[in-house]
Amino acid sequence: MRTRNIKMVVSLLMMVAVLVTACGPMATEAPPEPTATVAPVMKEFEGQTVSVIATWGGDEQESFMAMVAPWEERTGASVEYEGTRDLNAVLTTRTSGGNPPDIAGLPGPAVLEQFASDGHLVDLSTFMDMNTLRQQYDQSWLDLASFNGGLYGLFTKVAVKSLIWYNPQAFEAAGYTIPETWDELIALSDQIVADGTTPWCVGLESGAASGWPGTDWIEDIMLRTAGPEVYDQWRMHEIPWTDSAVRNAWETWGTIVGNAEYLNGGTTGVLATNFGESPYPMFQDPPGCYLHRQATFIEGFITDQFPDLEAETDYNYFAFPPIEGDGMPILSAGDLFGMFNDTPAARSLIEWLASAEAQEIWARRGGFISPNRNVSADVYPNPLIGQAAELLTMADTVRFDASDLMPTAVNDAFWSGILDYVENPANLDGILQTIEATASEAYGE
Amino acid sequence: MRRVRYLPWLYAGPTLLLLILFLVYPSLDTVRLSLLGPNSETFVALENYKYAFTTNEMWTAFRNNAVWLILFTVVTVAGGLIIAVLLDRVKYEPVAKSLIFLPQAISFVGAGVIWKFVYDYNPNVGLLNAILTGLFPNADPVGWLVNSNVATYALITTGIWMWTGFAMVILSAAVKDVPQEIMESARIDGANEWQLFWRITVPYIGSTIAVVTTTMIINVLKVFDLVYVMTAGRYQTNVIANQMYKELYINRQNGRASAISVILLVAIIPVMLFNIRRFQEQEAMR
Repeated sequence: MRTRNIKMVVSLLMMVAVLVTACGPMATEAPPEPTATVAPVMKEFEGQTVSVIATWGGDEQESFMAMVAPWEERTGASVEYEGTRDLNAVLTTRTSGGNPPDIAGLPGPAVLEQFASDGHLVDLSTFMDMNTLRQQYDQSWLDLASFNGGLYGLFTKVAVKSLIWYNPQAFEAAGYTIPETWDELIALSDQIVADGTTPWCVGLESGAASGWPGTDWIEDIMLRTAGPEVYDQWRMHEIPWTDSAVRNAWETWGTIVGNAEYLNGGTTGVLATNFGESPYPMFQDPPGCYLHRQATFIEGFITDQFPDLEAETDYNYFAFPPIEGDGMPILSAGDLFGMFNDTPAARSLIEWLASAEAQEIWARRGGFISPNRNVSADVYPNPLIGQAAELLTMADTVRFDASDLMPTAVNDAFWSGILDYVENPANLDGILQTIEATASEAYGE
Repeated sequence: MRRVRYLPWLYAGPTLLLLILFLVYPSLDTVRLSLLGPNSETFVALENYKYAFTTNEMWTAFRNNAVWLILFTVVTVAGGLIIAVLLDRVKYEPVAKSLIFLPQAISFVGAGVIWKFVYDYNPNVGLLNAILTGLFPNADPVGWLVNSNVATYALITTGIWMWTGFAMVILSAAVKDVPQEIMESARIDGANEWQLFWRITVPYIGSTIAVVTTTMIINVLKVFDLVYVMTAGRYQTNVIANQMYKELYINRQNGRASAISVILLVAIIPVMLFNIRRFQEQEAMR
């Protein structure tokens, strides 16, 4: 009798223990109230943290942390940074779980629009001084981040994409000159092949985002062969992917990626090489390739691998040449910050990130072009980046990376299509039909 | 006696409660969501299922899952059994078994990263291509993970490397359980080793083989991590679980993602039931 009672008590206790453990997280769910200001000379947000999530890791993460350090110093708050390669999944999970980060660095306006239209993002115009913003930022940057009359994102780090990088030493040694038209570019490629070497380094591998460097090629070509108006129609899906203008752009790219003789490592090399490592062979002796088309940020990858190389003398770029006519449109892209939680500390951080003072910090560290007009060209670590920034402001036609503006499902299909095309260029019709099927559905909603 | 009748419920209660909360309810809710649209607001009946069974991407996934199912299961179970029987006869058995079991200690993601290096296209990085180009200086390296014809097999090889050890350990325990008396008397009756294996060992450990096989089948139907880390489902390597993830997080199609997970669940249930039945029979025999 007695032992049975003890057994019962023990089992009851165990059950209670299990229940309490199970409920543990719930009990602590209420966030601790910010500690009241006790000391008289306390900094504004002493002890508070602002969580930031973005795709940056390594050098870029260090640069971002350097960028927020003065703000942390001034306000007493700290930034809790989390870098992820799978930003979309993490953000979707955290927003639907009611636990979004305070601020996120988003890789393009399409993702921003998604979260804005779901009502997860805070309209920045509710607390930021729009007049100051308009003075500091070109209207086009603000427009790209505006939806339904609200400003939901802030561009801080932009890139110029229409660049072809080369090794001036190798060019000089071989007696090559910079091509000024697409035809000259192809003639140069043929010349390099005839000389027994390989003209191009192309690398499409990028984890779950593999294929994206190819989308930039298509966009640059499309801007030049079909013109900016058709480019806009294409990215808004007013013309289908099976349209001859789109097809033509792919085929034009095919003259390079469809020709194994042009490519370092051949077709498989293109698919298997990481985009960041792909320009390395250009600086070998003898050079594994002579040309590499990539945005401004590739400089960081080059100097990380070869710290002794000097800008302009050891590596340089020329603008992607015109194809039809003499138009030199520039393709740009950028990361923007969106705010998920409207807290005073997060507001303060966003305002700091928007400032020229903050952006100069990262600009000085390299791999960063600021869209803020007040950031002076002198802060860039070498003239190349300053010149690229100039290309952006001086160009007659600037277009934002179309794939970054497309719905994520279409963008993903675009990436896949790029890989399929490189592996099997003969299947172009099937590839475009597949992307079109995804697009007509995604835009139809 | 009457007073303790509720005691089993008391013991099982918390577990049951947690199971209902975290397993039964979400499963039922997934079925409900699979009948709704992308935002889980409009009722679309069986549209999502129609999509799942008619798109190219899903057929690629189904086909790849089938290849995984056959190759992975056959090789891990057969390989594990052969290794278990052979190692049973050598002195260095513990060392060899530990080595083969070792990959089990590595997470899927870790194994994916390791094998990504092994398969690297650049012969200076990739072990396989280094061996290949070293042995045949004229051969081109192979894009193990980017060539649609071989990528799925490359992934399956990694899976086999990870799981053969698991099958081996369980089967080895069963092999050691075969009474020596039976083996001895069979030998006296003139049976050779080959006959011993097929006529005695295999039938004797049949139920263990069945359990290991079903465990492997369930494993393989759920395969996700390796594919996600190594190819992200590109180059025709997509599998059902990855497509579900893609529909949910990239395409933001809650309904389709739910429909795919229901299909996966329905595919796994018979295997699971079989496994439980075998287990119960085994228990009853003891």
